[in-house]
Amino acid sequence: MTTHPLTHPQSKTGLQSLWVWIAAVAVVWIFQFFFVGYVDPYYFSIVMYSGINATLAVSLNLVNGFTGQFSMGHAGFMSVGGYVSALTTSLVVAKYPGIMGVDAGGPGIEGAILLVGALFLGGLVASLAGFLVGLPSLRLKGDYLAIVTLGFGEIIRVIVLNLNVVGGARGMANIPALTNFGWVFSVCIFTVFTIWRIVNSAHGRRFLSVREDEIAAEAMGVNTTAVKVRAFVMGAFFAGVAGGLFAHYLRYLNPQTFDFNRSFEIVIMVVLGGMGSITGSVLAALLLTVLKEALRPLQEITRLDFRMVIYSLMLIILMLNKPNGLMGTREISDVYQSFREKLRVRFGANQGSDQKGAKK
Amino acid sequence: MGIGVEFVQHLINGFSLGAIYALIALGYTMVFGILQLINFAHGEVFMLGAFAGMYFSRFFNLGAHPSFWALIATLFFSMATCGVVGFIIEKFAYRPLRKSPRINVLITAVGVSLFLQFSGQLLFGSDPKFFPQIIEAGHGFSFGEIRVNTMQVVVMVISLVLMAILQTIIFKTRLGRAMRAVSFNHDNASLMGIPTDKVISYTFMLGSSLAGAAGVLFGLIYPKIEPLMGSLPGLKAFVAAVLGGVGNVAGAVVGAITLGLAEEFLVGYVTPTFKDALAFAILILILLFKPTGLFGIRRTEKV
Repeated sequence: MTTHPLTHPQSKTGLQSLWVWIAAVAVVWIFQFFFVGYVDPYYFSIVMYSGINATLAVSLNLVNGFTGQFSMGHAGFMSVGGYVSALTTSLVVAKYPGIMGVDAGGPGIEGAILLVGALFLGGLVASLAGFLVGLPSLRLKGDYLAIVTLGFGEIIRVIVLNLNVVGGARGMANIPALTNFGWVFSVCIFTVFTIWRIVNSAHGRRFLSVREDEIAAEAMGVNTTAVKVRAFVMGAFFAGVAGGLFAHYLRYLNPQTFDFNRSFEIVIMVVLGGMGSITGSVLAALLLTVLKEALRPLQEITRLDFRMVIYSLMLIILMLNKPNGLMGTREISDVYQSFREKLRVRFGANQGSDQKGAKK
Repeated sequence: MGIGVEFVQHLINGFSLGAIYALIALGYTMVFGILQLINFAHGEVFMLGAFAGMYFSRFFNLGAHPSFWALIATLFFSMATCGVVGFIIEKFAYRPLRKSPRINVLITAVGVSLFLQFSGQLLFGSDPKFFPQIIEAGHGFSFGEIRVNTMQVVVMVISLVLMAILQTIIFKTRLGRAMRAVSFNHDNASLMGIPTDKVISYTFMLGSSLAGAAGVLFGLIYPKIEPLMGSLPGLKAFVAAVLGGVGNVAGAVVGAITLGLAEEFLVGYVTPTFKDALAFAILILILLFKPTGLFGIRRTEKV
């Protein structure tokens, strides 16, 4: 794909500094402790789903966008992570009900530790699943891979449907309510940070090189299969963690929750945002989550499900007219950079003379 | 029922299921052969074929006068409709992307597939519809204890006839020769004066009309049809095409029959639970051990 320039302008906006990210997490927790109680529950749920979807979209972007492999089974990994972590916490809470802190007004530090542990476990099992699927199927090219990942999602669904431990077709209810605003957005920020750092590292260049030209990458000594599997495993890990957050927020899981449409929703977030742009994925995740809710009244009046029709039509039109999505491969730092550049040009060289080193 | 009888019964069921998969798989394989594109929307064309057949036979009230000719007329109508649908899909969704990266075409194909599924839900309603009995069920045939449903015979015979016609078109006509030329080398074919765009359109129409016929035949055996019915048979037919070697017409038929039999035997002898997962397991295995499929030719990739 020659449309994507391989050279990614190194951002000079301070995002490299770890402190920015730590500050962001701190802000999230300040919100969690002081403001969350005042938000209308309905709008709050939209915010929560936006955070979870952003995590999913960014993690899928690592596979679909940066590595150029087309996976359509992300809901499968989400489901693995969701079920594993929900099962873990359910078992632990059943044994030590004190963790949920019914009289203390909510789960305390033990609950937090349990949640983090369960999320991590869910992510690990999901990434193991990613490894198992990835190892054989990532030797395949585009279309085959898409079908295999889709089939994998289906296999997971059928397996879960027949697993009595997690309720089978009845679904799994009474999952401990351990997710809160703080966790969802901490994970989201952590995901964005990790993937952003990976992609901008020397190692990450290998992902990009596989996307740009697999044969050339191989010729340069990149072990393309290993790179692809790595991307897959990492994407699956974060999808599993997001699945765990989702499970402990909704508190009910059902095999139907993670069907093909769910995978498709994540794919369209990545495509709409721009394959290869983390900012785009986050934006598109917010946009589509809000759009889904905005379409709900229409759906209730007409009793017809317009959502998927609109999604699919959007996908076709995007591919025909603007295949790079909203952001292409640009990030918010690039946008900021070019914005500053524009200001400098408009207001003369004097004001911007301190930025002579800035790239064009 | 004796073990042997049961076995033969499963064999017959498997063959009739496989025949339907084969009709769908042919469309996949033809389109892939000529464009190197997996037409994800193909399963949805199959669904539209079933609905076209249903509305046609309802309109003329063919369910009240079941006959062989009613079936032929329904088949014809639904094949024509699907041919047009295939033409439209190719013209408006795939042709503008002829020069785009493959992943974009793939995403578009998925988009078209979902668009047809869900606009089908808006149009036809999401509850299952009943496909009328347009041919008399009769008593079928019985050989000793083995019973063969009339429907199954009809399905197998019609599939065979359609495959024979397709084979003739591909290997005995000018259009077929042009199709083979385009699938061999798109640019060279164009230099030789073959109108490639037109040939691709015809290929889509042929493949789609076969899917339409498969839709009607499916409706005969499994009379409950719904807008989302196409995705699973569509994917399974794709697996069948891969099993036989994508781009290989005879391979698609063999792959489809194999898959139909495998599913039937799994359900009959082992467990019905994993019926729908079997196809994907086969797909992963075949891609692991023999990516070219049973009859595919290995092509070296040129840089």
